Amino acid sequence: MAGKSVSAGLTENAMGRQVPEVVNGKKQVPYGGVHGHRPGGRKAAPPIPTAADYPAHGDKRVKSLADALGACGIQDGMTLSTHHHFRNGDLVANMLFDVCARLGKRELMWFPSASFPCHEPIIAHMEHGVVHHIEGSMNGPLGDYCTDGKMRGLGVLRSHGGRWQAIQDGEVHIDIAVIAAPCADPFGNANGVHGPAGCGSLNFALADSLYADRVIVVTDHLVPFPAIPWQIQGSNVDFVVCVDRIGDPSKIVSGTTEITKSPDRLLIAERVARFVRDAGIMRSGFSFQAGAGGTSLAFAVYLREMMKRAGVKA
Amino acid sequence: MDRIFEAGQRGEKVRSDCWVRLEPRASGGLELSVQSKVETMHGDAVRATCQAVLETLGVRDVGVTVEDAGALDFVLAARIEAAVKRAGLGNGASFLPAPGPGFGARTTRERFRRSRLYLPGNEPRYFLNASQHKPDAVILDLEDSVAPPAKDAARVLVRNALRAVDFGECERMVRINQGERGLEDIDAVVSQNVHVILIPKVESAEQVQAVDSRAEKVRLAAGLEGPCLLMPIIESALGCFNALAIATASPNVVALTIGLEDYTADLGAQRTLEGRESFWARQVVVNAARAAGITPIDTVFSDFADTEGLRQACLEAKALGFEGKGCIHPRQVAVVHEAFAPSSEEVEKAKRIVLAFEDAERRGLGVVALGSKMVDPPVVKRALRTIQMAEALNILPKDWRTLGAATPTRGKGDQGEHS
Repeated sequence: MAGKSVSAGLTENAMGRQVPEVVNGKKQVPYGGVHGHRPGGRKAAPPIPTAADYPAHGDKRVKSLADALGACGIQDGMTLSTHHHFRNGDLVANMLFDVCARLGKRELMWFPSASFPCHEPIIAHMEHGVVHHIEGSMNGPLGDYCTDGKMRGLGVLRSHGGRWQAIQDGEVHIDIAVIAAPCADPFGNANGVHGPAGCGSLNFALADSLYADRVIVVTDHLVPFPAIPWQIQGSNVDFVVCVDRIGDPSKIVSGTTEITKSPDRLLIAERVARFVRDAGIMRSGFSFQAGAGGTSLAFAVYLREMMKRAGVKA
Repeated sequence: MDRIFEAGQRGEKVRSDCWVRLEPRASGGLELSVQSKVETMHGDAVRATCQAVLETLGVRDVGVTVEDAGALDFVLAARIEAAVKRAGLGNGASFLPAPGPGFGARTTRERFRRSRLYLPGNEPRYFLNASQHKPDAVILDLEDSVAPPAKDAARVLVRNALRAVDFGECERMVRINQGERGLEDIDAVVSQNVHVILIPKVESAEQVQAVDSRAEKVRLAAGLEGPCLLMPIIESALGCFNALAIATASPNVVALTIGLEDYTADLGAQRTLEGRESFWARQVVVNAARAAGITPIDTVFSDFADTEGLRQACLEAKALGFEGKGCIHPRQVAVVHEAFAPSSEEVEKAKRIVLAFEDAERRGLGVVALGSKMVDPPVVKRALRTIQMAEALNILPKDWRTLGAATPTRGKGDQGEHS
């Protein structure tokens, strides 16, 4: 397998690391240190919609996902986004790219908030050229596929906050956001609270709903207008599609995550906890969210120890 | 010429290592094929390194296949050299990697040796982050943690690691093999700034002296300053009986330690948690070490999942007079340091002694007195060492003298760094 060294096109960031100047055709901003980067400019925004282009009765339902994508003007090379609130129980992402394949679309970029082993079928779509590359975390077979260098574009991992920022600042332009909603009304208001596939929040899809050019809500539990509460605002939604099942909530708890035993990862966790303490982030009343992985669990344990010793309550 | 020669490791779980397959040929020059996990970022660099190594070793007509799982240059070079040597090829030359930062690190006789982290000499992935766990010393092991068929390859790897890996502030130790093989280990590695040689299964002063003079020879030839320090390991009944002779066999012996698995086997006894079967041996080691004015170090604690067991074992060892324990897993290091740290009572007592000592010095008095009791020089020396450790562990601030007698001694749990 021929490989190219990427030592050309690398620049040094504020941490002294070599980082690529261009990723997937886009010029990158290397990390500039704490408070080192002030973007300026304006936030991204979707095109201005016109009421005349939407049903007068507010019912945005179409018969199928294929119809919705067609109506959104799906083209080769577009960026499609999904969320991962169903973790390893998601059905919508695979559904989406199966439809795209049937529609003969190619070179699409998939921009999930995260992907899981259940998304292994996307490998076939990559091999057939339907999907060009993925920007988002890749767990399991997708991760191996990428690590083995088989993915055509460069994989890009962002933190959850970083993904939001990339969307907001226009670094990633979402052509079509496909939002799996456990509960939605025909206008497109949606939440994750009600319905057989209730998953809690739809936070990971929020930025997508605000900034994507086109937004499709896919639900298996339609309710009469208005769906209360609405986390996804119907006024940001273009189409609503009803399907039999969007996800399996029993698979949200994907596997048992155990505290890591690796000495190096425990060291990382300990140092992150120390950083949080020494940077003054750990103080009474602070709030934090840790991930679910083995290292994050260890971090939480170390942090708890330090909080106890310092008498700090989160 | 159908022989194939191999070195290194391959497989799903292999990290930071590579596997080299060498096929000598009658002619045709070098045919190099590299498959690397990091092909995209480093493929060209890996190929360039392989070519440079083979050229330096004077190897010409060969087919070489390398399966790389993220091996750094010094590992690639070591595995290639091992395969070349197994094939009996090359001009007998070695490929010495460029010295990395930390190559010139120094040590002192008096430094703490509370924790020494064993690193199996054929497993490069453990070398890379070893110093991050901050043991007092790292031990690159050529002996029992390396399978016999791999010992020749481990020797090259350890030599290269001593050059290229930054072990930070850890003392650089190597455990050599027994007998003649051990002396050959010395020839291969001691010129690479080894601070301490661990000598296994020592039963006589002559064994220590043989190692000492061989190390001296190698260091002189390499133009290195200062002697190589020695730490004999007593692992048999005979070793116990000769403990004092061993401890005093050379002025370069700085510590004496014990290996209980082999010792218990030598006795034909059962190894138990209470350790009655080895109590005398451990006492012998402590006594011999103290009589010789060197440090006694206790054996390793093999159950690395049992943190509380390790802590208890350390406290028990400390009570017997040992000053440290070997570590076989990085997570043992912090536990060992905390257990061997002086208690607040010990620190308070040491502060009083040191203040009395310094007061006596200032006043030109030959005798140190604490209240009505005289304090002997060895006691003062120990108190100074206790203070030194307390300062190093952040239990005591460095300016404790000026802060007055009311300086609070911090609890062990408040140590900023588990150092």
